[in-house]
Amino acid sequence: MIARTQTAIGFSSQTKAKRIPWWLSAALAAVGLLVLLPVGALLGIAAEGDAEIWPHLIANVLPASTIDTIALLAGVALVAGSMGVTTAWLVTAHRFPGRNILVWLLPLPLAVPTYITAYIYVEIFDSAGLVQMALRDFMGWRSRSEYWFPEIRSLPGCILVMSAVLYPYIYIAARAMFLTQSASMLEVARTLGASRIKLFRIIALPLARPALAVGLSLALLEALNDIGASEYLGVRTLTVSVYNTWLNRGSLAGAAQIACVMLAFVVGLILIERYGRRDRRYALSPKRHRTVHPVTLKGGRAWTASLLCAMPVLLGFILPTGFLLRETLRGGLVEQFDTDFLAHFMTTIGLSVVATLLVLALAVLLVSAARLSKNSLTKGALLAAGLGYALPGTVLALGLMTPLVGFDNLIGTIWRHLTGERLGLLLMGAAGGIIIAYVIRFLSIATGSLSAGLDRVSPSLEDAARTLGASRREMVWKIQIPLMRPALASAALLIFVDCIKELPATLLLRPLNTETLSTLVYNYASRGRFEDGSLAALVIVLVGLVPVIQLVRSAEAQPKAAETPVS
Amino acid sequence: MANLSFARGLLCGAAALGALAGSSLSASAEEVLNIYTTREPGLIKPVLDEFTKETGIKVNTIFINNGLEERIRTEGANSPADVIITVDIGRLAAAKDYGVTQAVKSEALEKVIPAAYRDPEGHWFGIALRGRVVYASKERVKQDKISYEELADPKWKGKVCIRSGQHLYNISLIAAMIAHKGEAKAEEWLKGVKANLAKKPSGGDREQAKDILAGVCDIAVGNTYYVSLMLNGKDEEQKKWGQAINVILPTFEGGGTHVNVSGLALAKNAPNKANAMKFMEYMVSDASQQIHAELNSEYPIKAGIKIHPTIASFGELKADNVQIAKIAELRKKASELVDKVGFDQ
Repeated sequence: MIARTQTAIGFSSQTKAKRIPWWLSAALAAVGLLVLLPVGALLGIAAEGDAEIWPHLIANVLPASTIDTIALLAGVALVAGSMGVTTAWLVTAHRFPGRNILVWLLPLPLAVPTYITAYIYVEIFDSAGLVQMALRDFMGWRSRSEYWFPEIRSLPGCILVMSAVLYPYIYIAARAMFLTQSASMLEVARTLGASRIKLFRIIALPLARPALAVGLSLALLEALNDIGASEYLGVRTLTVSVYNTWLNRGSLAGAAQIACVMLAFVVGLILIERYGRRDRRYALSPKRHRTVHPVTLKGGRAWTASLLCAMPVLLGFILPTGFLLRETLRGGLVEQFDTDFLAHFMTTIGLSVVATLLVLALAVLLVSAARLSKNSLTKGALLAAGLGYALPGTVLALGLMTPLVGFDNLIGTIWRHLTGERLGLLLMGAAGGIIIAYVIRFLSIATGSLSAGLDRVSPSLEDAARTLGASRREMVWKIQIPLMRPALASAALLIFVDCIKELPATLLLRPLNTETLSTLVYNYASRGRFEDGSLAALVIVLVGLVPVIQLVRSAEAQPKAAETPVS
Repeated sequence: MANLSFARGLLCGAAALGALAGSSLSASAEEVLNIYTTREPGLIKPVLDEFTKETGIKVNTIFINNGLEERIRTEGANSPADVIITVDIGRLAAAKDYGVTQAVKSEALEKVIPAAYRDPEGHWFGIALRGRVVYASKERVKQDKISYEELADPKWKGKVCIRSGQHLYNISLIAAMIAHKGEAKAEEWLKGVKANLAKKPSGGDREQAKDILAGVCDIAVGNTYYVSLMLNGKDEEQKKWGQAINVILPTFEGGGTHVNVSGLALAKNAPNKANAMKFMEYMVSDASQQIHAELNSEYPIKAGIKIHPTIASFGELKADNVQIAKIAELRKKASELVDKVGFDQ
């Protein structure tokens, strides 16, 4: 409602289509096609098979796994969503004991991979895990049948594990939005007698919607595409069915068919979300706002707030990291740190860095072009970019292999004609394949975050620049990129962390003798010696922490500037 | 500024990657062997090191579990893969079906490996065996004999633990049951086992031993070598899990204990074929079979090699008589049965 009144100012520039240069069109088309490459390959594989497996799937597999999938997603949406939004609102609009530290700690679970958390939770909470064994010793129980304890290897357990590490996607988005919301709006509402809860419900939350949608969809896609945690915890999702069809029934085509159906659902959800957002604009006027003034909570309320914010940190960060640290020390794993380990470490960083830089460059290209000119090409390219994240990592990698090798063979043939030597595989033989997979997979994080960031910038700024005679290039470099900077920084950090954590595509596409920290942990886990991978897992978390802390620092730096009343 | 220093860090990483890519392309003069394995290379590293020491051939490895066959097939004529190492007859047969292997004629291999544990056309060779057996609570289970059929006996109601029915190891066991009893009886059996489960299938084989220790169940199904890994590892907690159980080598009625193989195949387009042949033959030498048996607690394929003492303590293994190629054939059926009876639900 408030946003709509604002749109009057900048409406003209959004609807008028402007032409973009040919090279940009070509680049956009190329990026769109790159992302569509694995999707196309997936469709191709699916088309190879017949419908033979479907009667079995419909009768015996899909009903149960669809229910499990929906229950898992609903659970994660509810638990992670409320964890993320509640904590973000609490730390943004209130003061309470520990608040200043919690602001730093709340995003940290982002650095902890889901599958690692699943293993750790089983070690801690399972029937003969640390907690239950201690309880038995203390209470003198001898058998599991003498007492009740929640089962961690179960659907609720899986929802808990996933929510504990995925809520930061929502928290970060929500906090950024709450921070930049104008205090005046909230104050007007407050003068009109709205309670704080009502304030949150009718103003803060609706205004944060685009960012929340981005955060929530990232978290849900992670949950949907996960295979490690759900399989280990005994949840039979559709993704698990894809694997069973592929590996046990030797039907890659059948697996691809299920994956296509899942993809159709995801695309449907994305489109519904866009449709729901179609005629709302969230732009704020370009003037700096005072941010919401935090209210100091007292007594029981203050401690409740502390507790509510401390819980997610405990579940998603302190518990897993503490366990890894304990195992590292207990097993004397520090001695694993040798030149090999260092090489794997450098590989991980190198791959993630290159992929992050590429993703950012492409995302700026896509988003700026779409802002300058809304035509079917720019819209289509943006939509295509969203698909990469919707594919499970293994499916993405399987779909990419054929085009990658095709390219390699082409170059190899040309090379042989020119020099007479055998070149081998260029992209698959080196790290090129992995980087391309990361770019495709994580492009939507950047485009989503940049679009959401730009959406909130009033078009009046650009109109003013144009009236003053700015060229298109100047618009991008001098107006849009500086305005996107916070979004750019947060996207960079999210992508970097996601690249470090990425497992399935890395596993399938890496060249000989190449390991990343994630594959190293996986190696130990597949030996059945998960604990021995604790050092590598701990380093993943620590490396992930660096960007996450940067993220917090840049997010926390902004309100300082904004809190000085300007208007 | 903070952002700037982060960008600088990014660039340093990029430079490191460039150096890495350069180094991986430069090595070409020395003798090499490229192994694609679904088995974690750390498990076989001492064997690989020994091979390099003996022959001077440098071994490169890549460990991929799901999708190994697809990758080799897609890489096609340019694939660097020389040797494929994998676990479970299902995977070995799949590699052959995918057309990523080639036939090998080797007297050394054929002499050592019994015909039942290699492909008749020489597309794959078993190098070690593992049994799928019953873990029984030392405290609560008194019997020392059991048949696979008995797992479905209502006397075990609420007392059985097992990992996902769709796991490779269980699929092969169920396929063997189909081979023995036919599909209808196997389905009845699977329903019976399902009815006896103490909890929904999840975790790995070790978690089942853990559940026995915790009193969740009395018997569980697991592989032989895990017991040795639990008992002989560094981890004190895992030792307790291993100590809580006895291993019973179960048999099929009118058959023996279900065994599976870990094995080797020569990749179809192996660029270093001579080295690959050397390696495959090396893998059945006394030395490597001995290291392998000690390291992984598997049953060596070669007669006369000492079995790991923990594994030997389970008693003498009488391997089942069902042809393992038959098991490979029935895997799809087995997987469908698991869905049909809702085993994992």
